[in-house]
Amino acid sequence: MTSTTSTTSATAAAPHDVIRLRDVVKEYPGDPPTRVLHGVDLTVGRGELLAIVGPSGSGKSTLLHIMGTLDRPTAGDVEIAGHDMARMTDKQLSALRAGEIGFVFQQFFLLAGMSAVENVADGLLYTGLRLRDRRARARATLAQVGLGHRLDHNSEKLSGGERQRVAIARALVGEPSVVLADEPTGNLDSRSGDAILGLLHELHADGSTIVVITHDHGIAASLPRQVAVLDGRIASDSGAARSAFADAQMCAPAKTEGVVA
Amino acid sequence: MSLAASALHPGDLLRVASVGLRSRRLRASLSALGIAIGIAAMVAVLGISDSSKANLLAALDRLGTNLLVVEPGQGFVGNDDAVLPTTSETMLRRIGPVQQVSSVTSVDASVLRTDLVRGDLTRGITVKAADTRLLDTLVGGMADGEWLDEARSRLPVAVLGSEAAARLGITDVGDGVQVWLGDRWFTVIGIMEPLELARDLDASAVIGRPIATAELGTPETPGTVYLRTDPDRVDAVRTVIPATVNPENPDQVDVSRPSDAIEARAAASNAFTALFLGLGAVALLVGGVGIANVMVVSVLERRSEIGLRRALGATRRHVSVQFLSEALLLSAAGGIAGVLLGAAVTAVYDLLRGWEIVVPAVGLAGGIAAALLIGAVAGLYPATRAARLAPTDALRTV
Repeated sequence: MTSTTSTTSATAAAPHDVIRLRDVVKEYPGDPPTRVLHGVDLTVGRGELLAIVGPSGSGKSTLLHIMGTLDRPTAGDVEIAGHDMARMTDKQLSALRAGEIGFVFQQFFLLAGMSAVENVADGLLYTGLRLRDRRARARATLAQVGLGHRLDHNSEKLSGGERQRVAIARALVGEPSVVLADEPTGNLDSRSGDAILGLLHELHADGSTIVVITHDHGIAASLPRQVAVLDGRIASDSGAARSAFADAQMCAPAKTEGVVA
Repeated sequence: MSLAASALHPGDLLRVASVGLRSRRLRASLSALGIAIGIAAMVAVLGISDSSKANLLAALDRLGTNLLVVEPGQGFVGNDDAVLPTTSETMLRRIGPVQQVSSVTSVDASVLRTDLVRGDLTRGITVKAADTRLLDTLVGGMADGEWLDEARSRLPVAVLGSEAAARLGITDVGDGVQVWLGDRWFTVIGIMEPLELARDLDASAVIGRPIATAELGTPETPGTVYLRTDPDRVDAVRTVIPATVNPENPDQVDVSRPSDAIEARAAASNAFTALFLGLGAVALLVGGVGIANVMVVSVLERRSEIGLRRALGATRRHVSVQFLSEALLLSAAGGIAGVLLGAAVTAVYDLLRGWEIVVPAVGLAGGIAAALLIGAVAGLYPATRAARLAPTDALRTV
């Protein structure tokens, strides 16, 4: 079976790649079933900052959910931080999310009635770390995103940009292998949005791997790599041509994409 | 590559569960109130019924269980004029363990407030002739004034039972109140407190035996004899009394023990207790439904929180345990409030009744246990529902 060989090769490349999707298909049940992803191949290397860009309904959100192990693909292989999703139980996927994946949402999803530090510390809630350590790391991470002066502010009293910084700190506090940001500037005015993008660039420069999902081509263009998604397929991938990641593992899926698109 | 499993420390669970409640205080307190009312009702019912029992038992302790009452029994059919022999008291004193003997005889007279009222309007008050030991033997007390002594037993003075005083409208003996007893005025020198061991004397006016015999023609045969025995030999004494009092017709002597009636009252479970317990249970059930309702709404409202927690690494179990803990916290808060409220109601009721305050530990522990049980049952379905929610659905915003 092809999946066996791909898994083996993927494991070999694990140290460099944080996300590997191979021929990922996603269908939602119905009559006839709705196919939202048609065989997506995508590899994200460690330390990359990229945009997955596409109009609404293109399947980019489904892609995010699968990369974040919140949903399982109907077919194809998904490997996150060296873990083959197909072989993992729901419990193990939870552990994977707790340790290796950070999420940033358009709506921030901060918990009401809790301070910035508590919200960020909750990013480590399910890792088994003690409260004191979680708080200490939360304070450090808040300082890193420029909110060192807002530690004990109630999340409801922060501005939109500050809230998104808190959410980013929450995603980062566990030092995940990858941060998945779903329209991180979608609920912000352009100035705060630019500031958040600037922060993402800084974090990228410090070594974080960040995937930004957006419908905004302008935002996508400001990031080092753009993956365009259209109708459940990858329409173009600027990273496929980049020499920095142009090893054999990366190129093979890129060529296939060209044929499909 | 191995992954450390997702974990949620018990302390964190408590914190996470309480955040959900703290951010919705009004709703949380209202749903806890439902539980509190049910628990309070049950605790108060148990508390008041236990207090009442304790009060009766305390009365028994105070009054003693060694009082026996000897009365003429039924003779042969149609022969209802059986009397105790005149020698009864003397004979009874000869029984070894008997410590105290006192007797009362009915006087054929009526007591009236004035001499201008018709003699048959007695308001049910009887007149009794008694010896001076009666009050002591019955462990009675005086509400006002004094009891008869040897000298005053020969004088036209009367002591009223509590009920008799109330019916005559006499509240104290301060300025020489008089009653029209038989054919002359008697001065009231005292009012007794209720006699728990001889309730029939409460509605009586008691006068001295010498004046009753001399002026009202009361027979010397005792109507009722009260006696105190050695507490350990009550039953033995009881069996020999009939033959001692009336060797010819021992079957015409009735012996009873008034403390038996009080004991029976203390042992009887009140039908109202069961009724109110049932009402409390219904209130508790309604409270449980309230909690379930609030939790279901909470799960619907907090979809994004559930999605976020799954994204942060919570397992389905972590989510369900969180919501279950919220329901348990709600019901525990309601349970504790209810137990305190129930205990307070019991205390106030007992104080008003002048009873010793008794709040049964079983009621307190049972109240909290019942609240937790209700909370667990009420929280189970919402918790399961929260856990079943797919993270992608939970994060989808409309």
